[in-house]
Amino acid sequence: MLTLDISLGFPDFTLQVTQSIALQGVTAIFGRSGSGKSTLLRIIAGLEHRAKGQVSIAGTVWQDATRFVAPEKRGIGYVFQDTRLFPHLSVRGNLDYALRRARGLGGPSLDEVVTALDLGPLLTRRPAGLSGGEKQRVGIGRALLTAPRVLLMDEPLAALDEARKAEILPYLERLRDNAAIPILYVSHSLAEVSRLARDMIVLRDGQVLRHGPTADLLADPDAVPIFGVRDAGAIITARVAGHEADGLTRCDTSGGPLLLPRINAAPGTALRIRIHAQDVILARHQPEGLSALNILPATITALKLGEGPGVIVQLRLGQDLLLARITRRSARTLDLREGMAVYAILKSVAVAAGDVGETPA
Amino acid sequence: MDLPDLGPLWLTLRLAGITMLVLLVIGTPIAWWLAFTKSRLKPVAEALTALPLVLPPTVLGFYLLVLLSPRSPLGGAWLDLTGTTLTFSFLGLVIGSVIYSLPFTVQPLQAAFESLGRGPLEAAAMLRAGPFDRFRSVVIPMTARGFLTASVLSFAHTLGEFGVVLMLGGNIPGQTKVISIAIYEHVETINYADAHLLSGVLLVFSFLVLLLVYSVNRRFPVSVG
Repeated sequence: MLTLDISLGFPDFTLQVTQSIALQGVTAIFGRSGSGKSTLLRIIAGLEHRAKGQVSIAGTVWQDATRFVAPEKRGIGYVFQDTRLFPHLSVRGNLDYALRRARGLGGPSLDEVVTALDLGPLLTRRPAGLSGGEKQRVGIGRALLTAPRVLLMDEPLAALDEARKAEILPYLERLRDNAAIPILYVSHSLAEVSRLARDMIVLRDGQVLRHGPTADLLADPDAVPIFGVRDAGAIITARVAGHEADGLTRCDTSGGPLLLPRINAAPGTALRIRIHAQDVILARHQPEGLSALNILPATITALKLGEGPGVIVQLRLGQDLLLARITRRSARTLDLREGMAVYAILKSVAVAAGDVGETPA
Repeated sequence: MDLPDLGPLWLTLRLAGITMLVLLVIGTPIAWWLAFTKSRLKPVAEALTALPLVLPPTVLGFYLLVLLSPRSPLGGAWLDLTGTTLTFSFLGLVIGSVIYSLPFTVQPLQAAFESLGRGPLEAAAMLRAGPFDRFRSVVIPMTARGFLTASVLSFAHTLGEFGVVLMLGGNIPGQTKVISIAIYEHVETINYADAHLLSGVLLVFSFLVLLLVYSVNRRFPVSVG
C-alpha cells in the first residue's frame, strides 16, 4: 500500500492528493496535461523537494515533516517519457549501470530482461542510434534491472507514433502479467489505461476526481464527462474462440459471441476490449437484415442525460457492463427505461486493434 | 649566441598548471551552484565571477595588492602565521591568477551543466546512484567537453597574464618572473633576440596545446556543453 498525503503549490494550481494506492498490478494515474499527474509521480519518487506532506510505502515512511528519503534509496524504478538513456554509454552500458547498483537485491538478471524485451540486437548500439520504441524498451529494461519494489512509468508511450505504441504495448502487458512488480502508470490515453490498468486514479487540476477499478469507472455513466463523450467506452472481457477464414476473429464473452477484425492471439487468450459508447447501437427487437455482425441481448441498467442531445445508456451484457451513446430523441422514440431488455449492436470494424489488449487468463 | 634563461617559461607553466587545478576544484561547485540555483542572488554571483573579464588587470592587481599586503588583515595574518608575505611571492601569484582566470573556468562549466540539465541526474538517482556516484558516472563524462574547455581556457589565460603579476609580484627570478614579464624586460633592455625566442616558444607551445585540445574535442562521443 502506498499512502499519499501531499501538496505542492504551483502558480496556477495546487496539487493536493490524499490517497491510498493498493500496490497490485497496474494503477493508472489518468488526467489531461497539466492536471498534475506527472508531478504526483515525481513526488512519489522524491524528485520534487518542494512537496509537503507524507509519502509512505508499506509502513516505511519516504517523506514526512522531518524525514526525506533520497530518491536513490527508495527502490523505485522510473521510466521517463523522454527515456533519459545515458548518451555516453551503449545500450549494454546503460543496462549495466542499473545492474551494478542493484547487486544482491534479488532483481532480474541481465539475460532475463534482455530476453523479455528483445534487447539482444541493440546491446552494442548507442542510444542516439535507436528508434523511439527501441529507446523506450531499453528504458524499461534499465528500470527493471534496478530491482524496484515499485515501477513508476511517466507516459512511456506519449512520445511515440501509433505504430511504435502498438509495438511496445504487448511488452507492457507481459510485464504486468509476468513480473510481480506493481506499476504506477501515468497516461492521458484512455486506450492505454483501459488495456493496462486494473485500477485508475483520475486527476483534474491537482485533485483526485475519481478512484477505483478501471472497468467500473469506464462503465460509469457519471464518469463519461471526465473522459469525453467521444472517448467514453466500457471494457468487456472476452476469450479468443477461433479465427475465421474471412479474416475475422471469434471471441466468446459472457454475453454471447463477438466477431472482431483479426486479433493476433491464440485461441484461449483472454482479452479486454474497449468498446466506444458511440459505436454501440440499440434496438428494442432483434433486428434482421443488418450488416452489423454483432447483435447481443442486453439489459439497460442506467440512463443518463448528458449535456446536449446525447444520452448515455449503461447495459449489462452477461457479466460485463457496456456503455452506449445515443440521442435523446432515440431514447424517447424507443421509450428506453432501466431494466428493459434490448439488443446491443456493434459493427465489428468499429473495434480498432488498439482497443484490444491481452490480459492474464 | 647564449640561450636565454628558460626559467620564466617553467615558472609560467607551473603557475598556469597549479592555477588550472585550483580552479577546477573551486570553480566546479561555483559553476554547479550558478547552473542550478533559483536564488535571487544568482545575478549578483554571476556579475562577481565575470568581473575579472572586464576589469583591467592593473585594477585587479591593485586591489589584490591592497588585500594581500602585510599591512592588510589577511596579509598580516599570513605573515604572522608563516613568516612570509603573500605579495611578491609565487603563492600570491597563484591567488591572483585564480581570481584573474576564474570566469574562464566557471563560464564553460556553467554552460555545460545548464545544457546537461537535471534530467540525467534524476535518471541516475532512479538507478540507485547517490550524489557523488552521479557526479562521477554521469556529470563528468557527459560534460567532459566543458571540463576540457574550462581547463584549457584557464591554463591559457594564465599563460598570458601580465598586469596582475606586475602589480602583485613584481619581477623576482624563480618566484614571480613569469614569461610575459621576462619578455617585457628583454624588450625594455633592447634584447630583441631573447624576446623573440621566448615569444616564439610561447607561441608554438600555445598553438600546440590548442591544436591538441581541438583534435581531442572532435572525437568526444557526447556533445553536451
